[in-house]
Parts: sequence; structure tokens; C-alpha cells
Amino acid sequence: MRESIDVLACDVAVIGGGPAGLTAAAALRNAGVSSVVVFEREEQAGGIPRHSDHTGYGIRDRRAVMTGPAYARALVAEAHDSGVDVRTGAMVTGWAEDGAPVVTSREGRYRVDAGAIVLATGARERPRAARMIPGDRPAGVYTTGQLQGLVHLQHRNVGTRAVVVGSELVSWSAVLTLREAGCSTVLMATQADRVETPAGLALVGRTAFGFPVARRARVARIIGRDRVEAIELAHLDTGARTRVACDTVILTGDWVPDNELSRLRGLDLGAGHRGPLVDMALRTSAPGVFAAGNLLHPVDTADVAALDGRHVATEVRRWLAGDSDRRPAVRIVTEEPFAWVAPGLLRPGDPPPSRGRLLLWGTEHRALPRVVVEQDGTVLARRRIPWPLAPGRIFRLPYGMVAAARADAGDVTIRLA
Amino acid sequence: MIADVDIVVIGAGVVGCAVARHLAGFDVSIALIEARCDIGDATSKANTAILHTGFDAVPGSLEASMVARGYALLSGYADAVGIPVERTGAVLVAWTDDELAVLPSLRDKAVKNGYHACEVIDAGAVRVMLPHLGPGVVGGLTVPGESIICPWTTPLAFATEAVERGVQLMLGTRVLDVMPGPGSTTVVSDRGDIRTRWIVNAAGLGGDVIDRMLGHDRFTIVPRRGELLVYDKLARPLVDVIVLPVPTDKGKGVLISPTIFGNVMLGPTSESLVDRADTSTSEEGFAFLLAKGSALLPALMDEDVTAAYAGLRAATEHIDYVVDVDPGQRYLLLGGIRSTGLTASMALAEHAATLLSESGLDLVPRTDLPPPPRMPNIGESFPRPYSREDLITADPEYGSIVCFCERVTRGEIRDALASAIPPSDLDGLRRRTRATLGRCQGFYCGAEVSGMLGVVDA
Repeated sequence: MRESIDVLACDVAVIGGGPAGLTAAAALRNAGVSSVVVFEREEQAGGIPRHSDHTGYGIRDRRAVMTGPAYARALVAEAHDSGVDVRTGAMVTGWAEDGAPVVTSREGRYRVDAGAIVLATGARERPRAARMIPGDRPAGVYTTGQLQGLVHLQHRNVGTRAVVVGSELVSWSAVLTLREAGCSTVLMATQADRVETPAGLALVGRTAFGFPVARRARVARIIGRDRVEAIELAHLDTGARTRVACDTVILTGDWVPDNELSRLRGLDLGAGHRGPLVDMALRTSAPGVFAAGNLLHPVDTADVAALDGRHVATEVRRWLAGDSDRRPAVRIVTEEPFAWVAPGLLRPGDPPPSRGRLLLWGTEHRALPRVVVEQDGTVLARRRIPWPLAPGRIFRLPYGMVAAARADAGDVTIRLA
Repeated sequence: MIADVDIVVIGAGVVGCAVARHLAGFDVSIALIEARCDIGDATSKANTAILHTGFDAVPGSLEASMVARGYALLSGYADAVGIPVERTGAVLVAWTDDELAVLPSLRDKAVKNGYHACEVIDAGAVRVMLPHLGPGVVGGLTVPGESIICPWTTPLAFATEAVERGVQLMLGTRVLDVMPGPGSTTVVSDRGDIRTRWIVNAAGLGGDVIDRMLGHDRFTIVPRRGELLVYDKLARPLVDVIVLPVPTDKGKGVLISPTIFGNVMLGPTSESLVDRADTSTSEEGFAFLLAKGSALLPALMDEDVTAAYAGLRAATEHIDYVVDVDPGQRYLLLGGIRSTGLTASMALAEHAATLLSESGLDLVPRTDLPPPPRMPNIGESFPRPYSREDLITADPEYGSIVCFCERVTRGEIRDALASAIPPSDLDGLRRRTRATLGRCQGFYCGAEVSGMLGVVDA
């Protein structure tokens, strides 16, 4: 990095202007922190809800039900009203030698000297290549994010007959977007053995959409030279192959944290997914660097990401006030069918996490799971949880189940009984 | 009917573009005809992107001399016009005693090819160069001159300079027949006839088809498909050097290479095909590459694949390139140019001029040549616009990043669309700017980039 580069000084630099980043910034300003800057690389702040043009946003953080775009506008307005400097088209591309973020924007290239940094870079869906789906490479294969950008932001057409791959909440969001774009869904294909219907859609009834669902099936090949013509489905158990004609394939879910900046900064990463490892106060392994939102738990709903933003503000203010003490920590780890837990660090004596919940990701279905928490062979808690564990959806665990962990002992393990 | 020309070059791959550019340095009129809608859009776009020293070529072959000469020519040209090149060097890594035993003979072969810098090293020295290799290394052979080069900027630079020198570039023009006559030859295309005195066949995968139109039957292209996996940029610290397999009679193995865009590449597979357009990837290919990769560089398997693609190499039944001139037909064949063609391209162009000149084409050097172009840098190890304060201050569009993963700015996309040879589709824009090539594959910017291009498909 050249020495002559311009410098922007502020109390807190928030990287990422989605629900978590905007909420954290507003909370910090409202608590009296004088200069808070949000760096958003897109031309508009608001994050993924901007192009999710359906309702269901804002329930937990704003006590209201609104559409994605309305929710995004509300978050941006609140940040502005609080006096947050929201910079759009401003991308943190890396870190200076001393750990300062370096920004590229139309206004120039500059470094940011901040008292504290909050990483809120979110998550994205794995595209085709990362999922290693072989075959031809025609046009017409999109992730949900790309589909929604095309339809809602660019007002473009997609095809007419789509296969939606995946059965998470976002998969249904893709179905709705396709319908709006005049493209019918001819099949939903999922590796899961059952399909979760989101509460809102249960009213309509799955059959109202009129497409079949292939369970325990993977896309083995994409066919079509210029435009998608078909996919080949392989059944996970029998190996049987079926050809499904379509001109569009939407790859949904399979979320990964957008962790490039976290990794370039050398932060410790969580097991199971590779977002930064944080404690209950959302501190990362680098002093003064915090993280919030779906970067830590890909993905929970936008309102939960936003509440992370509110939660992280408390500890950021303590850090700015000079309180940098950290209690000793223990790791929280999971056993299958849990893929990961966030936060993954516990400092006994620290306050509980956001909403008093640990967030976990499951790969199997259990109606009323019995969960056991252990440390060094001693059971800390054992409880039947009155809500289901389901693949493709966050599982929430009361913090009280791990609260008794000791700092001077081994990893805390969360598993099913 | 298009105006008569002195020379028609068929095929705007890396070889055809190099030939057209070179011949345009003489006082002749040239048409460069390409069936596809962009230059470098078939074999040239999907190769291993290595600038070869030619250490392992067959001594005495035309390929050996063309690669060695092409290495020097292209190295110089790359500096002059701004084609990204990284001097990484390579190591052939031996994993078995059989492979270890072959290394001295490979070093001797390199010497026969005029390359003297290879050295046999022990396992410890290999580990120092490549600390993340999997267990079981028994030794290696260094090839310090092997380098990586941008496979897309190279033909684009040739074509751009060719056009600036007055070559008529005819994209989307498929040759249907070639009819040699006593004084001139008619090239029949789907866009009309072109009358020319001389023909250069650089048609790559279609080279044998064109050759037969002229009444010959001397080679058949058997396309060889190579599947490649490109890993996330976060994997790049794992490997700074090209890791080559030791060729044995059991097969050639796969290589791992840093790429000019800052990724890591694993491949290729090698499979002979009948279909000359089948660039699909396969479950078998992926499984093979993953098995190889996990043995070679286990830590690579923790990273995501950013792109998977397949390239077709113009293999023939001959070991060497098939280059021949027919003075009677005023016809030059540049056939069977395999993956070494990228390195050899400028030497082949020089060789083509010599052969044509010896066959009676009067080549008088021009004195009014425009200066060579300066190509936009899309290589990762050189300053790119987003990181250049001076550029952003002068033109803020270079501060507006559209493709976040690859840090491609609005200014670069605008420049590509306004360039001498603009892209005709998203793939063409990708090859000129890297837009949408990164780990998200368009999750964030796909819609916006295709909007800038004015096309629907992404």
C-alpha cells in the first residue's frame, strides 16, 4: 500500500451495509458514538432484502411485517436518521499492513483508521462450480441471488420452465420470483428426504404451485449447448437417472459466509463453516475487530442478522471506552447431524448471546430433538427441544444449556442424545 | 463479395491472430476469418495458460523449435504490450522411484532442446519450494523458466494489433468451401465469397476439414478434451510454482498451477473425443481430478472450486505440428497445433512468413506501422485499476467496482465495450475484464454486468 494514500478517520468502521451492518451502525450512533461509517460495495445499501420482493421481513427486530425492499429502505432510513455515514459503491478490498481497511470508491482509494471494526459481510449461495455440477455450460443456470437481481433490479426475463434445486426457505423465494417473471417451476429437486414448507406458504398449499418435488435427488448433469435444455437427476439411494426438460436451473441455498476479508485479515475461523470464530459478545480473534450477521450463521433470517447488529454494539462501545479485557474462553463444538454452531466461543462470565440463543445448522430432520451438552464427559444439560431440527434451516438452542461451562476445561460439545 | 485480398487467414485463434498480425507488418492486404463470434473463442480460450520453455518437447521436432523461439518472442511482446506474465518456474515432482529414475533423462532431453537450466533436486528441496504438497514426494526436476501467461490477452493483443495494422477481421463468418484457381482462390463463406491470392489455414479443430476442401488428406483432428478445476483465490498461498507431473509410460498425470488471475488450477484430464464441440465437464473427470488433487495438495480440497471447464486440444495422428506449404495452390497449412500453440504462436507466425516468402509471396516490410497496442492489465500480480489512486482520481469510473470477487470496475467494462474488438457476449466480456469470473459466479454482479452488456443471458 502506498504511503500517500488518503486516510478517513472514524470511531467505528462497519463493513457491509445489510441488515446487520446498518443496525449495528445505527445502534452505535444512537448510543452516542460520534462517527460511524458503513462501507457498502453495492450502489445501494440494504443488502439481500433489497431484491427479495416478498413479505415476511422485520418481524423480530421491528415488530412489523414488511416486504424485503421496504425493510431495506427502513434500515437505511434509520441509519441516516441516526447520523451514520453510509457510503455506497465503497468496497473494502483488503487490509493495509497495520490492519486498516483499504477502500476503493468513485471518490478515490483510501484507508480507514477506525477505533473498532465490525465485519458484516453476509453470506452468499454456492454457485454451480463450487457445487461441482458437471455437464454442458449453457446460459440459464442461476443462483437465487442472481435470479432476483435479474428479475427485480434489472427487470429482465428468465426462461419459461425452471427446475429449482434445494428446499430451503430461499428455494420458495426463488419459486415466487420465477412466478413473477412468468417462468413456471416444473420441478423442485432436493437431496433432503422431506421438504419444509414455510409457514406463509402453507396457507397457499404446496399443490397450488402445481409442481412435483423430487426428494433425495441430486443434479448429476446439466444438458444444453447454448441454453439449458434439460438436467439429469440422480437418485441418491437407487442411483436411477432421470432426464428433466427445462430451460432454467435455479441453484438455491447452500450458503457460505462471504469470508474473504475475514480470511485475508487472518481471523480464526469457525469449524463447519468458515465464518470468523466469535464469542458471545461477537468479538473475533483480532482485538477491536467484531463480526455480526449472516457472516457468522449462514443463513438466518434478516431480522436475526439485524439483532446481531444491535447486540454487537454493546461490546464495541465497551472496547471504545478502553475495556479490552477478555475472560478465558472455551470452544463450543458440534457432533453430527449438527454442522456448526455460532457463536463458537464461550467466555464464562460474559453476558449471553443475542436473543439468548446459540444458532446451529442441522443436516437431518428430527421432530423434537433431544439435545445433550457435555464438557470433558460431564453432561452440562440434556433437554428435549420443543421445535424441530431440519436441514436448510437454523436451529436455535437456549444459551442456558451451555452457560454452566467452565473456562478451565475442554471443549463444550453439543450433540443429539 | 468482399474486396479481393492478398491473404486470407482462416481461424482467429491464438495462431491465426499471431499470423495475421505478423503478415500485416508487410505490404499485403489480409482478411482474418473466424466462424465464431469472437477471437480466441475455441481451443485458445481453455488451455493451461503456461508459457513453455519447451524443455520436454521432442528434440528436433518443429514443435520444439517453435516453442523455444516462441517463448523468447512472446516474452518480449508481452512486456511491450502488457500481456500479464508471471515468472513462477515449475517443478516436476516425482512420487515414485520409477518417476525419480526418469528425471535425469528429462534433464538431458531439455539440454537437447537447448534448455540448460533444469536441475534434479531431492525431496527436501521440493518441500522447501512447495511446503503444502501431500506426503510421498521423492524428488523433483526444476524448470525455472516455465511461466504463466494470460491466455486471453495474448490472442486479443495479436488481433487488436492486426486490426490496427489494417487486417479485416471477419467474425461470425464460416468457411463453407475453398476453391483454388490458377491466379486466385475463392473462399466461399456463409457471409459471401472472398477472392484471395493466398490461403493460410489456422483453423484449429477444423483444420483438417479446411485442408480437405483443398483436396488434401494428410491428417485428422481427434479432439482431446481436458477438464480443469480452478480453485478459489484464497488457495493461492498454497502454491507459488507450477507443479508438473513426471511423464511415464503410465500416462501424463495432472498439473497444479497458480493462474495469472490469482487462482489455483488443477488438471487437465485427457480424453479423446469424436464431437468437436463437446466442452462439457463430467462426473468421471471431476472424480479423477479430486483424487489426484487430494494426493498432490491436500489443503486445496478445503477450498471451493471457482470454475470448472473443459478445453479441446487439436490433437492429430502425428506427433509433431502439421505445417506445410503448397506453392501451386498458394496454400499454407498450420495444423495440429496443440496446447503448446499459445507459446509457439509468434514463432509460427514468423515461420509462416518465411514459408510464404520462399513460395513466391513478395513480402515487403511496411514502414508506416502504427505503434503496438497497450492492453488493459487483467493479471493479478500487476496493479489493476481498482487499486490505482491515480487512475481513479483521473476517471472515477475506475473506482466503481462492479464485480466484487474479481475487483472489476465500471471503467474497465466500458473500455472493453468501446475497444477495437469489443466482446459480443458475456463470455467475451469475461475474457477481456474477468467480470463474473470469481467465486460468486455472478451472485452479486451477474445481473448488472449483463445489463451493461445489453444482453439477457448470463
